Amino acid sequence: MTQTNNPLPPERLLQLDDVNVHFPMREGLVKAVNGVSYHINRGEVLGIVGESGSGKSVTARSIMRLQPKQALDAGGSIRFRRKSGEEVLISSEDRQSRTMRDLRGNEIGMIFQEPMTALSPVHTIGTQIMRTVMLHRNVSKADARARAIELLTKVQMPRPNDIVDRYPHHLSGGMRQRAMIALALACDPTLLIADEPTTALDVTTEAQILHLLKSLQQELGMAIVFITHNFGVVADIADRVAVMYLGRVVETGTVDEIFYEPKHPYTQALLRSIPKLGGQKARRLKTISGTVPDPFNVPPGCSFHPRCMRAVGGICNVTTPPEVRFPNGQISRCHFAEEFRSEAAE
Amino acid sequence: MLSLIVNRILWAIPTLIFVSFISFVIIQLPPGDYVTAYVAQLRHSGEYITELQEAAMRQEFGLNDPLLVQYWRWISAIVMHGDFGRSLEWNMDVKDMIWDRLGLTLAISTLSMIFTWIIAIPIGVYSATRQYSFFDYIFTVFGFIGKGIPEFMLALILMWLGYAYFNMDVGGLFSRQYETAPWSWGKFVDLLEHLWVPIVVLAFGSTAGLIRVMRANMLDELGKPYVETAYAQGFTERTVVWRYPVRIALNPFISTVGWALPALFSGDIIAAVVLNLPTTGPLLLKALQMQDMYLAGSFILILSVFTVIGTVLSDILLAVSDPRIRMA
Amino acid sequence: MTQISNTMSDPIYDAVMASEEREMPPLAGEQTTKEGRSYTAKPWTLIWWRFRKHKLAMASLFFLIFCFFSALFADFISPYRPADIDKLNTFVPPANIHLFHDGKFQGPFIYALKRSRDPETARVIYERDTTKIVPISFFVEGPEYDLLGLVPTKIHLFGAADKRQKVNLLGTDSLGRDLFTRLLYGARVTLSAGLIGVAFSFVIGLFIGAIAGYYGGLVDALIQRLMEFIRSVPTIPLWMGLAAALPIAWDPLFVYVLITFILALIGWTHLARVVRGRFFALRNEDYILAARLAGASEYRIITRHMLPAMTSYIIAAVTLAIPEMILGETALSFLGLGLRPPVVSWGVLLQDAQNLRSISLAPWLLSPGIAIIFVVLAFNFLGDGLRDAADPYGR
Repeated sequence: MTQTNNPLPPERLLQLDDVNVHFPMREGLVKAVNGVSYHINRGEVLGIVGESGSGKSVTARSIMRLQPKQALDAGGSIRFRRKSGEEVLISSEDRQSRTMRDLRGNEIGMIFQEPMTALSPVHTIGTQIMRTVMLHRNVSKADARARAIELLTKVQMPRPNDIVDRYPHHLSGGMRQRAMIALALACDPTLLIADEPTTALDVTTEAQILHLLKSLQQELGMAIVFITHNFGVVADIADRVAVMYLGRVVETGTVDEIFYEPKHPYTQALLRSIPKLGGQKARRLKTISGTVPDPFNVPPGCSFHPRCMRAVGGICNVTTPPEVRFPNGQISRCHFAEEFRSEAAE
Repeated sequence: MLSLIVNRILWAIPTLIFVSFISFVIIQLPPGDYVTAYVAQLRHSGEYITELQEAAMRQEFGLNDPLLVQYWRWISAIVMHGDFGRSLEWNMDVKDMIWDRLGLTLAISTLSMIFTWIIAIPIGVYSATRQYSFFDYIFTVFGFIGKGIPEFMLALILMWLGYAYFNMDVGGLFSRQYETAPWSWGKFVDLLEHLWVPIVVLAFGSTAGLIRVMRANMLDELGKPYVETAYAQGFTERTVVWRYPVRIALNPFISTVGWALPALFSGDIIAAVVLNLPTTGPLLLKALQMQDMYLAGSFILILSVFTVIGTVLSDILLAVSDPRIRMA
Repeated sequence: MTQISNTMSDPIYDAVMASEEREMPPLAGEQTTKEGRSYTAKPWTLIWWRFRKHKLAMASLFFLIFCFFSALFADFISPYRPADIDKLNTFVPPANIHLFHDGKFQGPFIYALKRSRDPETARVIYERDTTKIVPISFFVEGPEYDLLGLVPTKIHLFGAADKRQKVNLLGTDSLGRDLFTRLLYGARVTLSAGLIGVAFSFVIGLFIGAIAGYYGGLVDALIQRLMEFIRSVPTIPLWMGLAAALPIAWDPLFVYVLITFILALIGWTHLARVVRGRFFALRNEDYILAARLAGASEYRIITRHMLPAMTSYIIAAVTLAIPEMILGETALSFLGLGLRPPVVSWGVLLQDAQNLRSISLAPWLLSPGIAIIFVVLAFNFLGDGLRDAADPYGR
């Protein structure tokens, strides 16, 4: 399972192997990220889906080495291929190391959930973009400003020449998120981490932003790690999907595989809980029984077993399921993953 | 922006009128009036004044007029001619007595404020970025102590320490030989040597307070998403902290500049009495004790006017610094 | 089914649906109810639990209770009367209490003082006579007083067993008055001035703050202006001006009440600001809106929903306002504009320590200042602890 020592395949941009991030709290140790592995290839969009508290944001932040200060790195490796082609072992880099500062904003861009508060309220949009450009590129102020306007144009900001001198509070939520994207793209990153970028937006704006991200991704050929709790959004934008539950990736596969042949009971349950247009007849949505366990007492064995309709005593509540790999590349962490193959046809 | 400045200045005008009216009321509060005091003074020096003469004087000075008329006469003399009335105790025009002392008060207050900022802001930022570290605890303790020690107590303790352990007299602003001398380089250096004591006394309490405020503001700001955005751009920690959250944490600070002035003036008065400084404090105290009300009222008026101006200035500064305010 | 499904709260629908939901995961565990206690605790219990964790605040609370009791029983605890002059006992330094003399346990005692004069300066010097011990005994007879103003008695907590000797725990002042005694009596005036001043400003602040918060609009704008104005006047000069206008000849008790009122006249703005701020914040809370939508009367909303959410904040703000009042009283009295002798308050006591000569001669005269610092700090810690505990979203 550990391929840490092998070099990354050439198409690979980022690979996480068995990453663990823990939080020591007064009430006990919280294993927010508990052995997460996923990878992303160049120019690919990976959707990461999970409930709040499933560790998707913390994982993303440990790629940036910006996890909260009290977080403990508890092993695993994160590797990233730089623009120059060389491999960096991000997981061994320090929060403030030169390499990390060089990667952030330059090769890895990040956009956040709250467009309202994620931009500095006392600096103009232009200033904020220019600072990033000037930090990573040896350009004059005038060039940086030109670049800022170019970026604002690229994210389809109306009146970029005017907006560049505006403060965030002058802009609407959707415009702020565009500005945020412009900031993240300032130095043409090869990887963009989008942490629930559309959650705080209304549905129409969400659709616009998704469309924008998709087209920018195709235009610039960058890879996107797209974090969301919304399956519908994933279907729109992602090439592949990783489903997370309680600090673990329970299933990965292409969008089609996940949606049409889910091989993990959690994924299946999630999909059943989505309302569908034009369903046969009015039916009550299936919910997942129980609640997410509190993070201090994660159930033993498969952490989903108390809520799983297929759980089998003596197996599911005892041993952690291994990764089951299917020939098509789909991976599921369920003791009974093989059995779902036949059901999927139904 | 311009409208905001105009608006603030216009708002300050009723405040100023109110302030001056209160000052005038304070002048009028003690029983008896100018003539009572003046007559007492004349009688004391042996002159004979009849009740009738006294009443005539009262008529002449307009002391029988309604309060508002008297107020108008008083304030218009100040605004038109800079005439603050006459100090009976010193037998001098008030305007000749106050400006030197007010200047020193203003200088000491401003210097302590600058001193406070220079110390409090970096410490507050440090404490917030290294929360629960050893020095954070030290500064927190210092903050509490600073809040608990009243200015006059600190002045007394400093005076006692200076006397008992360093054998020096920390009172006053000048050494004896310079006290009445005209301004010279030597006198200026001598002033600096004495000035640190009142500045420390005044700045101590406010520094402690501001460290706490700055720390709390910074902790609030450091948790905000835009800080993470800044980190995600690849800036160093120092750049991130000083460019973004500090910039914003300073705003509530700026808005308190105006409020800091009254506190400093108040502190200055007490510290000056203890340390025997030639600022407004001792003279105001003496004027109040002697019920030399024109002198006292003028001090109160001018100090209040300074603070009103300070408040307006800090509002404008805040608008310059915070674009969100500028909008409103 | 489709028709009713719109009315979510239909009981029949819910019952039907619930029965459909009955299939449970085979391994579903019991719902944990471990933290049940903290879910059902009343707000005040929660506040008390959080407050208890605040060690410094707890210590301050006990210290302040101790101080108030000492002040209340000042006449019992202190060995003398505050105005007792002893011309042969001026500027006596504080006495150290010892337990052992020559290695033998003696019970508490102090060494007698030998009085002499400096031949050059003619100043009185006291020297400790380590051969002569003055035992301290408890519940000795002393000057008469009425305990709590009711019970006439002569018993004092402690005193010199030998009536001709004196025990001056904190030394004496220029007239030979016992500083410890005066400190305790001063505590009565100073601490109560703090409380009464806050009570005054609480009434004014609550009233005006509530009016501003409730009516809003123009009334609020005017009150805001008034508060801003009062805050922009330097307090000490204004206090001084008002206090100086009080005739010296007035009854000390009356002056005392007026002084506290003057302090309150300026101090209420802070409380009003807190009240108004909370009022505004609460008015926009969803649960207030919910109560309003549910048809609760305005009176009920204010008394049942808003006030309980505000009291803790107000208590914290009041606690934090007390030290300001104490400092104000002390500063005014210290400057000779507040309370005047023969009233004993800590500020009045500190008047004796105003110049360098007296503090270099008798540094113990600063002890009321130390007492002020401790009390002010304790109130601050207590207030901070209360404020933290009162915040329902705090840790």
